[in-house]
Parts: sequence; structure tokens; C-alpha cells
Amino acid sequence: MHDGFALLALLVATLRAAAPLLLAGFGELVAERAGVLNLGVEGMMLVGAAAGFIATAATGNPLLGLLVGALAGALMALLFGVLTLTLRANQVACGLALTIFGVGLSALIGLPWQGTPITGLATVIWPGLDRAGPVAQQFMLLDPVVWLALAMPFLVFAFLYRTRPGLVLRAVGESHDVAHALGYSVLRVRYAAVVFGGAMAGVAGSYLSLVYTPMWTENMVAGRGWIALALVVFSAWKPLWLALGAVLFGFVTIAQFHAEAFGLDVSPHLLATLPYLATVVVLVLISRDAGRLKLNAPAALGKPFNAAG
Amino acid sequence: MRLRLEARQQPSRTMQWASPVLAAVLAALGGGVVFAALGHNPATALATLFLQPLATLDGLAELGLKATPLLLCAIGIAVGVRANVWNIGAEGQLTLGAITGGGIALAFGGDGHWWTLPLMLLAGAAGGAFWAAIPALLRTRFNAHEILTTLMLSYVAVQLLGWLVHGPWIDPEGFNFPQTRMFADDALLPVLLEGARLHAGFLLALLAVPLAWGLLSRTATGFRLRTVGQAPAAARYAGFSADGAVWFSLVLSGALAGLAGVCEAAGPVGQLQPLMSPGYGFAAIIVAFLGRLHPVGILGSSLLMALLYLGGEQLQVTLQLPIAATGTIQGMLLFFLLATDVFIDQRLVWSPRHA
Amino acid sequence: MTARLALTGITKRYGAMLANDGVTLSVQPGEIHALLGENGAGKSTLMKIVYGVVKPDAGEIAWEGTPVVIADPNAARALGVGMVFQHFSLFETLTVAENIALGLGSRQPMAALVAEIRQVAAQYGLAVEAGRQVHHLSVGERQRVEILRCLLARPKLLILDEPTSVLTPQEAEGLFAMLRRLAAEGCSVLYISHKLQEIRALCTAATVLRAGRVVARCDPRQETAESLAEMMMGGALAPASRPAARQVGAPCLSVGGLTLPSQEPFGTTLRDISLELRAGEILGIAGVAGNGQKELLAALSGERRAAADMVRLDGQGIGALGPAARRALGLAFIPEERLGRGAVADFTLAENAMLTRLDDRIAPHGLLDLKAVGALAARLVARFGVRCASIQAQGRSLSGGNMQKFIVGREIDAQPRVLLAAHPTWGVDIGAALAIRQALQDLAAAGCGVLVVSEDLDELLEIADRIAVLSGGRLSLPMPVAEASVEGIGLLMGGAAHAPAA
Repeated sequence: MHDGFALLALLVATLRAAAPLLLAGFGELVAERAGVLNLGVEGMMLVGAAAGFIATAATGNPLLGLLVGALAGALMALLFGVLTLTLRANQVACGLALTIFGVGLSALIGLPWQGTPITGLATVIWPGLDRAGPVAQQFMLLDPVVWLALAMPFLVFAFLYRTRPGLVLRAVGESHDVAHALGYSVLRVRYAAVVFGGAMAGVAGSYLSLVYTPMWTENMVAGRGWIALALVVFSAWKPLWLALGAVLFGFVTIAQFHAEAFGLDVSPHLLATLPYLATVVVLVLISRDAGRLKLNAPAALGKPFNAAG
Repeated sequence: MRLRLEARQQPSRTMQWASPVLAAVLAALGGGVVFAALGHNPATALATLFLQPLATLDGLAELGLKATPLLLCAIGIAVGVRANVWNIGAEGQLTLGAITGGGIALAFGGDGHWWTLPLMLLAGAAGGAFWAAIPALLRTRFNAHEILTTLMLSYVAVQLLGWLVHGPWIDPEGFNFPQTRMFADDALLPVLLEGARLHAGFLLALLAVPLAWGLLSRTATGFRLRTVGQAPAAARYAGFSADGAVWFSLVLSGALAGLAGVCEAAGPVGQLQPLMSPGYGFAAIIVAFLGRLHPVGILGSSLLMALLYLGGEQLQVTLQLPIAATGTIQGMLLFFLLATDVFIDQRLVWSPRHA
Repeated sequence: MTARLALTGITKRYGAMLANDGVTLSVQPGEIHALLGENGAGKSTLMKIVYGVVKPDAGEIAWEGTPVVIADPNAARALGVGMVFQHFSLFETLTVAENIALGLGSRQPMAALVAEIRQVAAQYGLAVEAGRQVHHLSVGERQRVEILRCLLARPKLLILDEPTSVLTPQEAEGLFAMLRRLAAEGCSVLYISHKLQEIRALCTAATVLRAGRVVARCDPRQETAESLAEMMMGGALAPASRPAARQVGAPCLSVGGLTLPSQEPFGTTLRDISLELRAGEILGIAGVAGNGQKELLAALSGERRAAADMVRLDGQGIGALGPAARRALGLAFIPEERLGRGAVADFTLAENAMLTRLDDRIAPHGLLDLKAVGALAARLVARFGVRCASIQAQGRSLSGGNMQKFIVGREIDAQPRVLLAAHPTWGVDIGAALAIRQALQDLAAAGCGVLVVSEDLDELLEIADRIAVLSGGRLSLPMPVAEASVEGIGLLMGGAAHAPAA
């Protein structure tokens, strides 16, 4: 019975840790399947986290916070879209710029709110959280955002492979020239995909600041945006592999905190390197087969589209 | 009528150099908006940010001090980007350079050897080069992209330093503060100006400018690097090794970043602390682009970025403005640059709408 | 009878160039109408205007007597225009059915669409599997998918842009039969080509474009190939001089048992290739694109390594060497793509001259001798008549023909033992093409072995001494040009027996 509870707690903790990776990862997956490489996930998540937190702290409503977080992420993505899609600037450089800008902007707007206590999402949704039994509490910890994150693989899969807009999106990512020649609006599809990616990154970020921690500290996303990017490569742009990867990384993150419980006496600093090292290892394992990546990567990924040419 | 972009027949030389200036001006204006939003007089704030640090000799010395790591890191990054190798983990290589160089200082400092300082610099460069060689190996051997691996390794390097200064290398007489003991005098870089903090590392950074310029524009190696970066298929056709370019540019930029790290440790800091840099490695990416990936341009942009750091500190002291405000301006600077760069190859034209 | 499509005064300008200059053209129902012209005459631009991909600067379009504005390809399809593109037309990783669904813009369920595809495919004899991904298909099959995609929309006007450039002569015959049948059913066909024989065989009307203008209208059945060529080029042209018999020497490049699996996802595997190139001859390699040309050239140039003995230069095994090492031994290579491969768009001509000439004279001790570089570039520009602002001009500022002359010149100037040339005159103007062909002939006459890979059979028949055919990664035995026939080569291109067709 006790072991069963520990297992349940571990599972819940893993899923909670995986949620931001799932959300941001699937946002990026959709953008990349449309042919846009946005390396600014980390920056969008940070701005989403800060904006969502501020909205929550100001209004006391974490649901509104999530919405504001999504909006902030979407606005960041829109900025990226204007530069890379309309002005056709280099996507890699703009993605880096978005992250650098996001780090600065989130630190700036979040500064007055550092250390402010907020009501977590779970408490708002489950008024009886404090009084519930331990098992029920575990289930309550799986809030709607986690459920949304868990539904993402299925939603995105169904969208990409079972709907016409999904087909068009894949087509645009495969070859914007052909799609354009067939009369599809490449820019409209790409803007939509990029902004969706930004909104998801925003939700992922505000999940961290509103639910997971819940508080705002500078640079609190701590590389999760980059890990989400790595997971998209790991998945070879396939939804179900991305889901698996995100959950695996959720587990690695959690394992780091439970190391002591497993009887390991290692410096927390060294344990904190685990997710980053795991990312590198996963990247190496997956990139080794160059042919597979080439076959699966959206062929137009990262390439600017010029309707006049 | 509507506005649209049209490709220029030749890239505009004027825009090539006007673009960074324009971006800097726009970023300053953007900064003014940020300051106004924070409730400050934008003119005062901008003057504090950009002019006040330049008013004194001491301020100029500090400018050189802050430009040193930026210049070293940015030159390495620029050589990489010219070869289409994206080292965005200079922060981590800088940290590792501080660790390895600092390790030598802690081991031999105060023993009075003439070779302590040279060995530190060498060790710092080697440490950074080693840290960058890992992504080079992963890229050439396993095809793992360096953008992610260099970045992940910089998180790892910072944690590694954290572990060292909290654990094995902690100053036993330091009241449990997470830092090493101060380096001995013979393990510190000589100061260039009496009473200022500007140190000999600045000269090393200045030396890197002509060397990098010569490498890129006057050597066969530089030509091969640029070809690999500009047109990979042309490089394959010519028989220039892409793997060689990855190794060369990553190891070179890692060594320069490592040198920057040990110069920080043996210069203004004088010991190892959990964070050896306020994000110089990342800001150097902006510096590299702002300087047109050209060593001489980078010299100018590193001074501008140093000014931003310095002015940011002034703002914090005099107006109690958060240091994050300058981070935002840094981000805007790169954004505006990328946007204005669009007009190097394209121009805006009014075109009549078709019936 | 009302014309199905009538264009009046269509004008389109790109920067300084007039792609279309007051073009007037009309197509009747059930007519197979040829649009004839050289590369760059403005045929493709005109068709993109009809299909709504490009907007004209001036002019009117009338559809069955009514003036229309074709804002985008959807509008064109709604009118009943279907287009089979020459390039950029299918999504490689999507299935045939998905590709067709995207082209139709219809929202019917996939299962119903697949059934309809089968039915139309059977009706016109266009066999393809609806569930296969496009990258598994041969070039001919891909074209069938494109045509099917158009036919499912029940077009009233079908536009085909150089459709036979990817087909064997036999496959082309099948295509013509289908087009005649379609025309008999009342569909108009606009057929873009510069191949005179097929236009005479297929089309019932023709409009000839030169430098963006209509220069002639005719019934091609009443014309000879020569008269059509004169209309197209504006005057009789002298073919490159061909020496009666070149002095052929010892073998300089020999390939034996070369087998290389493809590294690319959609590539072709080379199977047991053997060939012998002799000093002083031009050996032509014919074949439909995608049959291993890229792979063979990569294996010969050194971009792909093989076992040392599989490729020999003057008897020395070079199969394991890289491109730079092979070049040092006297092997030069003119690649297919100009900008991005043979030259770098953002490099100056001086820098581009260095690309394959980075030896001790140019870069002693690894330091560039800028004077020597400049002298080399200036020599190439002068010797091969490259039109450019200066040697400091960027590669991308040159026209295709001038860039190609520069690249060809750079490789010839290296005085190679063996020269490999891929599609050396593809997409260049006639003047430059003649100059390049002449340069290759002269090089062979001077004792160099020249291997030319081209999809343009006419070109090979004109300049080569012997021709071999590459098909499915296998190379046929070479045959002397004098003994070769278009039909025989066509059979080999289609993968027939690997023996010389007499």
C-alpha cells in the first residue's frame, strides 16, 4: 500500500514535471512542421511565466494568469514571425535574439513581483485540497493544465494527420514553393503555426510560475525551453515520440530531487546537471542516424520563403 | 499602393555599416521607452547609461575591462558563425576557463614561480577549448547540433563551478561563503593603469582583433572556413572539410572564451565565485552580430556593449533601476539589428496594387 | 468559335528585365497549342500569369470570352485551368492521394478521393498507387501524379511545362497519346517546349516567343524543324565546329566495378559501373534525371569515396581520395549547380577563382597571395569572355551564362587530364552555350579526356564521340555516336537491356 502510494506520487510528480515540456514541445513541433525553426522557446516561456505570474498576483486569478501567459508567449512569437516571415531575417539568429530579449524582459517586468505569494491554481480549482486525503491530493495535483499537456500528443496527432488544415500545414513545411504554387498562403499558415507555438510556450512558462513552483524568480525556466527544442529533434517530428521523450525527461528532473531518497549522497549541483547531460546524450543517440533525421525533418525547415521568387 | 520588399541587385554597402548604427539608435530609443514606462525621465536615464561612464578616465578603464571578455568571446563566436558553426555556449567555456585557470592559481599561486600566470592563461584557454571540443566531437562524430550541445554544456559548466566553490574548493576561512580564497599576487594579471582595474588581459583581447582579421581574410584556412559557412555544397565540391571547420572554429572560440574566463578570475574578480560572468558569453553573441562578424567591427560593438553593462550599473546606483533593464536593451539591440539588416539585401518599394 | 483563353498585351517586368512584353495569344477548345521559345524567352512567366502564380503588370485575360482576373492558383483552378509544372510540384514525403487532395482543394473524404483517383487513372491509362509516398516514385510516375491531379479537377485547359524533359522517348509517346485523347474530348492543351520535333508531332497551333515578345504564330505541322528554330532564335545558327576525327589516346580515367549504396534518403544506388574515358575524347552520359547521375559524378569527383581501385586516373587508384587530392592529380569538375556549388553567390569573382585553385601559387604557406588571386581571376575573365563589372563583383551579380563561363574557364584553365562536366549548358543563353561547347571540344582536341553528363540528348549527340546511358544506377556499354539512334538510346534510358543498341 505504501509502495503503491510512493509510486503514485512519483508518477504524478513526473507528469507535472513533463507538462511544461509537453506544452512547449508540441507548440514548437507544430511550428517546425510548418517549416519554421524558432529557437526562442526559452525566451517565450520566460516572458509567459513572468506575465502570467504578474496577472495572477494582480488579480488573484490563476486561470486569467494562464491566459495572459499564453497571450504574452503569442506576442513574442508574433515578433519573431514579423522578423523571420515578413522580413525574412535569419531564423537561427532571430530565435537567439528572442531568447536573449525574453531573459531581459521577463527579469525586468518580473522584478517588482519577486517573492510575492500567489494562490496556486490547484487551490483555486480544488477548494478542498487541504482537507483531502493523501491519495486524493495526488490526483488533485494533476490540474487541468497537466491534462491539457497530456492530451496534446493526441490533439496534435489528430490535427496533423486527420484534418485538412493539418495536411496543408505539413505540406507548407515540406515545400513552401509547391504549396505557394498550388495557391496556399504560406505566410498565413506559418504565422498561425508560430503564434500557436508561442502561445503554448507561454502556457508552459506560466504553468511553471503559477503551478509548478509557484513563484517568480529570474531565469526560472532554467533551460526547459532548450530541452523542449531538443525533444522535438529527438522525436524526429513525430507526436508520439515527443510525448515519450517529454515524460522521460520529466522523470529525469524528478529523479534529481529524489536522489537522496534513493540513498544517494551527491552534491545538488552535480545532480542539477542531469537533465542537461541527459539532453546531450539523447541528442547524440538520436542524431547519430543522419539519414533518419533527414528523412523526417520538414524539408523546408528554417528556410526563408519569398513569394516573389 | 502598398509597401513591399524588393531584392536589391547588389547588397547595399551603405546599409551594411549603417545598420548596426541604426540598430543602436533604435535600441537607445527603445530603452528610453522602457525607462519612461518605469517612471523615469528617459533623457536622464539615457545620459546616465551612455554618457556618464565615459566622463572619467576611470570610467574608460572600466569600459576596457568589461569589453575584454566580450571581445574575446565575440571574436570566437564570429569566426564560428562565418563557418556556420553556432557556438552559443561561450558562457560555459568561459566558466570552464575560469575553473581550469583558477585551479592553477589555487595550486601554485604564492609559490613565486614565474610561470604561474602564463600557465594559468594556457590552462584557461585549454579548459575552454576542451569544453568546446565536446560539442565538436558530438557534431562531427554523431551529428548532434552544436547549438543545443554547447548551450546544455554551459548549464553543466555553471553547476560544476557551483559544486567546486560550495564544496572541494571552498575557502576554509571564508565563513562558508561559496567562493575560493583570493588568488595570490603572482596569480593575478598586472594592472595597466595605476589605481584602475583594467588589466593585461585587455591587451590580449586587442591582439586577437588583427589575428582574427588576418585569419579570416588572408589565410587559406580562413577562406576554407568562410566557404564552408557560405555554401556547404561549394565547400564539398572544392574538397574543404566541413568537419575540420567545426573542430577549428569550436576549439578556437572555446579557447578564446576560456581565456576570457581566466582573465576575469585573475583580473577583476581575483578568486572563483559561483558566477564568473554576468552573461558575457551570451551578450557576446549580440556583440558578434552587431560587429558584422568582422573583427574590427566587433572591437567597436564590444565597447558599446561594455558601455551598456557599465551604464546599467550606474543606473542601478543612481536611479535604482534594475540591472535587467539593460538586459532588455541588449535583446532589443539584436532584434533591431536583425530587422535593419534586412535592408542590406532588400529595399522597400511602393508598388501599385493590381486591378 | 469563342477562344477558351485569350491573352492580350500581357506585360511583366522583373527589375530591369522585361519577361513578357505585350504578349497576345489565344487557345481554342480542343486545340493543342505550343508555346515555343528558348530558355529565358518568357514562356514560364507567361504560364505562371495564366495560372495566377504571378501577377502581370499590364494586359488582359479573357476566359471563354469573358474578361477575368486570375488572382491566385485557386482562381485559375476554379475557371478550369490545370497546370503540370516542370519543377517544384509535389510534396516528397506525402502520399499520392494527399498530394492530389492538396492540389484539388476539395474537402471530400480521403477514401472517396482514392476511389476517384483509381477510376480516372484507369480511364486515361495513368497507373499509380494512391497510398505510396511520392519519394518512392520514378520521375515518370511523378509526372503521372501531377497530370492526374489536374485531370481530377476536370480541366478545360491543361498547361504542361516542358513535360518530356523528364521522360524517355517511349514514355513521351504515351504522354502524347493521352494528350491527343484529352484534346479530342474538348480540353485545350497549352504545351510549353523548346523541342521542335515533338511540337511538330503533337501540336496543332504554335506561338513563338523570343525575349518576351511574340515573334511568330504558325501551324507547326506545316513547318520544318529548321524553320521553327529560326523563328525561335531569330536567324540561322552555326553549330559548334566538330573536327572530323579527334586523336584518341590512352585511357585516362577508368572505372571498374563501382558499386555504391546511396547516402541520401531519396538517392540512387550505383550498381557495378564500369567505364573507360580515353585522352582526347568526349564521352557523353545520357539518361533521365534521378537515375544516378549525381551519385556517379560524386563518386568520380571524390565527394563520395569508394575503394581506391574502383576509380583510376592514369592507372593510379584514386577512389579513396577526396576532391582536393584528385584535383591535384589533374581531375577537374564542372558541377551541375552554379551558385552555391560551382561558385559562391556572396563571394567575389576573385574569391570564386580560388575555390578550386587553392594551391601553392595562390596560397604559399597557407597565406593568400592576393595579387596572384587577382591575376588568376582577371585571366579567366579575359580568356573566356566573362561579362562582369570587375573581379570584385559578387558571384550572384553575374548572369547564369557568364557565371557558367567563369566556372568552365576556371576548370579548363587548370589544364586538367580529365574534365567532368554536369549539364554544362543547362539554362544558359545560346551564345554562352555555343562558347561552352566549343571550349569543351577544344579541350578534348588538346588531349584532355572529357566526360559530359547531360539530360539533353541533342547536346550529347552534337559534341560527344561516344555515348553511354545511365538508368537505375547502371551504366550501359558506350556506343559511338555515329552508330547511336534516338530510339536505341531511348530504350536504354527506359532501362532496357544493357547492351549497345545497334
